[in-house]
Amino acid sequence: MSDPAHPYAPAGEPGSPPVRPANYVGQRLRRKEDARLLTGRATHVADLRIPGLLHAAVLRSPFAHARIAGIETEAAAAAAGVVRVVTARDLEGRVGPFVEAARSEISPLLNEKIGPTLKSCPMPVLAADRVLWVGQPVAAIVATDRYRAEDALELVQVDYEPLPPVSDPERALEPGAPVLHPELGDNVQTSFVVSVGDVDGAFARAERTLSARLVMGRTAANAMETRGVAAVPDAGRDELTVWDANARPHLVRTFICEMLGMPADSVRVIGPDMGGSFGTGMFPEDVLIAFLARELGRPVRWIEDRRENLSNTRHARDQIHQVEVAFDGDGRILALKDRYLIDAGAYNNYAITVSYNSAAHLRGQFAIDHMRVEALSVLTNKAPVTPVRGAGRPEVVFVMDRIVDLVATELGLDPVEVRRRNLIRPEQMPYPMGMPYRDGVDIVYDRADFPGQLNRALQMFGYEEFRREQAAARDAGRRIGVGVSSYVEGSGYGPYEGAVVRIDPRGHVTVATGAKPHGQSLETTLAQICADQLGVTPDDVTVRAGDTALIAHGIGTFASRSAVTAGTAVGVAAARLREKVLAVAAELLEIHPSDLDLDHGAVAARGAPDRRVSLADIARAATPGPRAKLPPGMEPGLEVVYYYVPPTVTFASGTHVVGVEVDEETGFVRLLKYVTTDDCGRMLNPTIVEGQVHGGVAHGIGNALFEEVVYDGDAQLLTGTYLDYLLPTASDVPPIAVGHQEEFPSELNPFGIKGVGEGGAVSPPAAIANAIVDALRPLRVHIDRVPIGPEGLYRLIREARAASRAG
Amino acid sequence: MKPAPFEYERPESLGEAVGLLAEHGEEAKLLAGGQSLVPLLALRLASPSVLIDLNGVRELDHLRLEGDRLAIGAMTRHRDVEEMAELRTRCPMLVEGVSLIGHVTIRNRGTVGGSLAHADPAAEWPSLVLALEGEIDATGPEGVRTIPAEEFFETYFTTALAPDEIVSEVRLRIPESPRVGSCFLELARRHGDFALAGVGALLELDSSGSITDARVTLIGVRDRAVRSSGAESVLVGARPDAEVFAEAAEAIDPEIEPVSDIHGTSEYRRHLAKVLVRRALALATERAGGV
Repeated sequence: MSDPAHPYAPAGEPGSPPVRPANYVGQRLRRKEDARLLTGRATHVADLRIPGLLHAAVLRSPFAHARIAGIETEAAAAAAGVVRVVTARDLEGRVGPFVEAARSEISPLLNEKIGPTLKSCPMPVLAADRVLWVGQPVAAIVATDRYRAEDALELVQVDYEPLPPVSDPERALEPGAPVLHPELGDNVQTSFVVSVGDVDGAFARAERTLSARLVMGRTAANAMETRGVAAVPDAGRDELTVWDANARPHLVRTFICEMLGMPADSVRVIGPDMGGSFGTGMFPEDVLIAFLARELGRPVRWIEDRRENLSNTRHARDQIHQVEVAFDGDGRILALKDRYLIDAGAYNNYAITVSYNSAAHLRGQFAIDHMRVEALSVLTNKAPVTPVRGAGRPEVVFVMDRIVDLVATELGLDPVEVRRRNLIRPEQMPYPMGMPYRDGVDIVYDRADFPGQLNRALQMFGYEEFRREQAAARDAGRRIGVGVSSYVEGSGYGPYEGAVVRIDPRGHVTVATGAKPHGQSLETTLAQICADQLGVTPDDVTVRAGDTALIAHGIGTFASRSAVTAGTAVGVAAARLREKVLAVAAELLEIHPSDLDLDHGAVAARGAPDRRVSLADIARAATPGPRAKLPPGMEPGLEVVYYYVPPTVTFASGTHVVGVEVDEETGFVRLLKYVTTDDCGRMLNPTIVEGQVHGGVAHGIGNALFEEVVYDGDAQLLTGTYLDYLLPTASDVPPIAVGHQEEFPSELNPFGIKGVGEGGAVSPPAAIANAIVDALRPLRVHIDRVPIGPEGLYRLIREARAASRAG
Repeated sequence: MKPAPFEYERPESLGEAVGLLAEHGEEAKLLAGGQSLVPLLALRLASPSVLIDLNGVRELDHLRLEGDRLAIGAMTRHRDVEEMAELRTRCPMLVEGVSLIGHVTIRNRGTVGGSLAHADPAAEWPSLVLALEGEIDATGPEGVRTIPAEEFFETYFTTALAPDEIVSEVRLRIPESPRVGSCFLELARRHGDFALAGVGALLELDSSGSITDARVTLIGVRDRAVRSSGAESVLVGARPDAEVFAEAAEAIDPEIEPVSDIHGTSEYRRHLAKVLVRRALALATERAGGV
C-alpha cells in the first residue's frame, strides 16, 4: 500500500513484542456471557442478597423551579420501619460538592487550542435552598423495606415557593430571563467557537447559499436495567463495598472517596451485570447511598424505579442549530456556519463533551474546507443532559444530511449525487480536518473509502431498483422514499484503559480490565484477543471487569472505546506475557525461546513437537517458592499489567440507507427496509458487531420517530411513564442488513480496531428524515425537526399541499 | 413505585366476592387481570384499603358461543376470545379489536370484565360491546341486573355499575349471515399503544348489494366509546361506495369530542377517526362480498 501512513500511527509499543496474527479474532464465536445473561442467572444490583439490608427511597421535587422554605421530616422519621431521613442539611460539611466529572477530564491541549468558556455550577447531592428540575433529589429515607420507605416519603412536608421556570433555551438567553444560577451571571454555562479555513471569504465567493434551522429534540437513554446502588460498610475498618449499576466503577470510587473523604483503597466499587447504560454518568445517588451506609453502619440499597429514571437519568440530544451553507451550482459545499444551542438542563457535569463532539463531527464524511461553529450549553429547568450513545453526533449528522438534501432539492439533483460530489476521496486519506478533536489532538481521519462505502450500501439496498419501484408506486398513489445518511465517529477515546493478564497454576487465563461491559460482549471479544496471543482457546480465558479491586486504574465503557482501548490493552499485555511464558519454557526445556512456539496451551520446540511443556507446568514453574524454576533474575509469577494510552481516537464510519412508506392521509410512516455498511476496522467478532449495529439502529429509529422527553411551558415533565415516552418495539424495527468494509484496519493500534458501539444510533434520524422527504418529494416537504411523529408529519403534508395550491 | 398498604382478600365464589365488596364498600377495589389497576397502585394513583382479588372466582371464567349469542364471563382473558376459532371468520371485528389490546402478555392476563368496568375511553372492549348489541350482567347483593351496553358507559372511567356491583358476564350477538362483513382498525403510535383513534365497522348487505344494517363504533375520540348513529343512518339503505363512506365519515363530527395530549391534538384525532371510518367501511364491504 503506497498510501502515506497515518501521522499518529505508533512505531510500535516500546518494550512490547509484535502481536500474533488473528486466529479467534474475526470469528463469529457465540458469546461467552450468553449462558448467564439469557437464562436469568446474571447478578444485577437488585439480585444481591445482603444480610441486614436497608432500603432507600428518594423524595423528588415536583416543581421545575422553586425555593425550599423549609422541610419537615419528623412524621416521616417516626413512621413504621423508618431508620433515617436525610436532607441537604444532614450532608452539610460531611459530603463534599458533587464535582463536575468531565471538567477534570477536559484536555489541557483542547483548552489551549480553543479556549472555551467553562463556568462551574456543581450539582448538590440533595437540593438545599432551591430545586431546579422536576425530579431533583430533595430528601432520602432509609427503611426496613422499600414499601415503608415510600410510605414515609408521603409524610415529608416540603414548603416550596415556586419560582418562574425557564423551559426554553432560546428564551433563557433573552435579557430578563430568570437566571438558574445567579452566580454565573446568565444561563450560558459553556461556550466556544471553532473556526476552520476562511469562512467569510468562501461565503463571499459562493454562487449560492441557503440557511436552515434544524432541531433534534430531547430523548433519554432508557437502559433496560435502571440505576441501582448497594453499599455495604465494614464499620470496624471504615471501609465500603459499593455495588453500582454504573459503567465507570473507578470513577464512582473516585467520587465517593473525594466527597466522603476516604482513601481510595478503603472503597471497593463493583459493577455487577448491567442491563445497558447507553451513556455514562455520575449521579447524586451513587454517593448518597455510600454516605448513608457509612453513616448507619448498615448496608443500604437503592434501586431506581422507572419513574425516577424517566425524570432524571441520561436525558440527551436537545440541540437547536441555525446553519448557513455556501455551495456552487454543481452542489459542492464550500463552507458552513453553524450556531447551536444545547438545552443542558439545570446542571451540566460534562462541560463541552457533547457540544464539542457535535463540532468535531459536523462535517462527517464531507470535504468542506471552511467552517465556523459557535456552541452554547444553555441551562434550563430540566433534568441535566448527559452523553448518550452518539453523544452529539446524531444531532449534527441530522443537520449535515438534511443540508445535503436541501442543496440537492435547490439544484434539482439526486441527493445521492450531491452526497457523492462532496465525500472525501480515498486518495485524500489520511485526511486532516483542520481542527482538534476533543482530546486536543488535531483530527486526521483514518484511512477509509467513503464513496466505496456509499456504493456498497446503495448496492445492498438496491437503490436503482427502488427508484423504479418508487415511480411505479407514485403512479399508484403510494408514497415510498429512500434516505441516506453517513457518519464518522471518533472512537476509542482515551485517556487510557488497562488490563491484567494472569495464568493460574492450572494453565487457565484470567483477564481483568477497567472497562465495564453492559451489553458490549467484552467477555467474548477480549477472550478472543487474549487467546490469540497466548495460544489458548477463548474457553481457556475468563474475563473479569467492573471491579476496582481487579485493577488499580480504569476508565469504563462508553464512547465506543472498549474494543479499541481495553482490547489493545489486553492484547499487548497478553503478548508481553507470552514472552515471559516462552522464557520460562526455555528454562524448562533448555531450548532458546526463539526456537519455541506457544500454541494449544503448551510450548513446544519448533520442529520437535514432542519436546513440549504445558502452560500449567510453566505456570507452576513461575510460582514463587522452592519449586520455582525461572531464568536467572526473572521475577516470579505469570502476570502482566499494561495500560494502553491511545495516541488519539480512531475514526470509524458508516453509511445507512432506509426505505420508508408514508401514509399521506395520516402522516404515519412505515420503515420498509434498512441497510448499513460500516467500517470499524478489523472486526473482533462480526456477529457482535452486527448486534451492536442492530441495537444502535433500533435506538436511532426511536430518536427519529418515537422517543421524546416532553416538558410543558412550565417545565413540568409530561413523559413520566412508558405510556407517554415511546420506545420503539420489535414491530417498529424493520429487517436490518449489515454490511462491512474491512479493508481499512486502524493504523493507530496493533489490532486494527475502530469502535462500533455508537455508530448504529448516529444515522437513523437523518436517514429516516431524508427518506420521508424523498417519499413526499412532489410536495416539497421539509423536515426540520426530529423526532417526527405522525401528527407532525401530517401537518407538514397539509402545509405543503396548501402552499402548492397557493403557488 | 411501590403501592401503599392494603388488605388483600381472595374470594372463591361470586357470592363471597359480592359480600366482601358490600362489607368494604368504596374502600375496596376489585382486582381482575390487574393490567390497569396494578400500575395505578404502583404509581399510588389508586390507594384502596382493601384489594378483592377475583382470580379465584372460577365461575366468572367462561366463554360460550351458542347460536348467535356469545357469553363471556367477566374473568375471561382477552386472549381466550382472540383465539376462539369460530370468531375469526364470523366476526373479524371482534377478533381484530381484541388483538389490538396491548401485547400478548397483557392479553394473557387482562380480562373482559375488567376492561368493561374500567371503561377507558380508548379501550377496545366498550366499542365492541356497543357494536355487537351487548348486555352486561352486574351482580350485587340484590342479585343480577342486566344493563344494555348503550346505558353502561357513562364517561371517563365511569359506568352504570353501583358501588356494590360486580360485572359477572357480558353477552354479545354475533351475526351469522354470510353477507355481513366487519373489521376493526386503529391508529396508534406503536402496536399495543392506546389508539389515537379506532373504528369498528360492521355492514350487512342485501342481495342487490345495498346496506341493510350498519354499526360504526369509535374509540379514543370522546369521554367514552361511541356508536355513531349519524354514520349508521347515512349507510343503511345506501349503496356502499367511496362517496357514501366519505359522507358517513363526516357524519361522526357532532358525535365525537376528542381531547388533545402529547400524542395527538383533538383536531388530528378527529381527522384520523374520519379516515379510519372510510377505510373500515371499505374493508367491511369487501368482507361482506360487496365491492
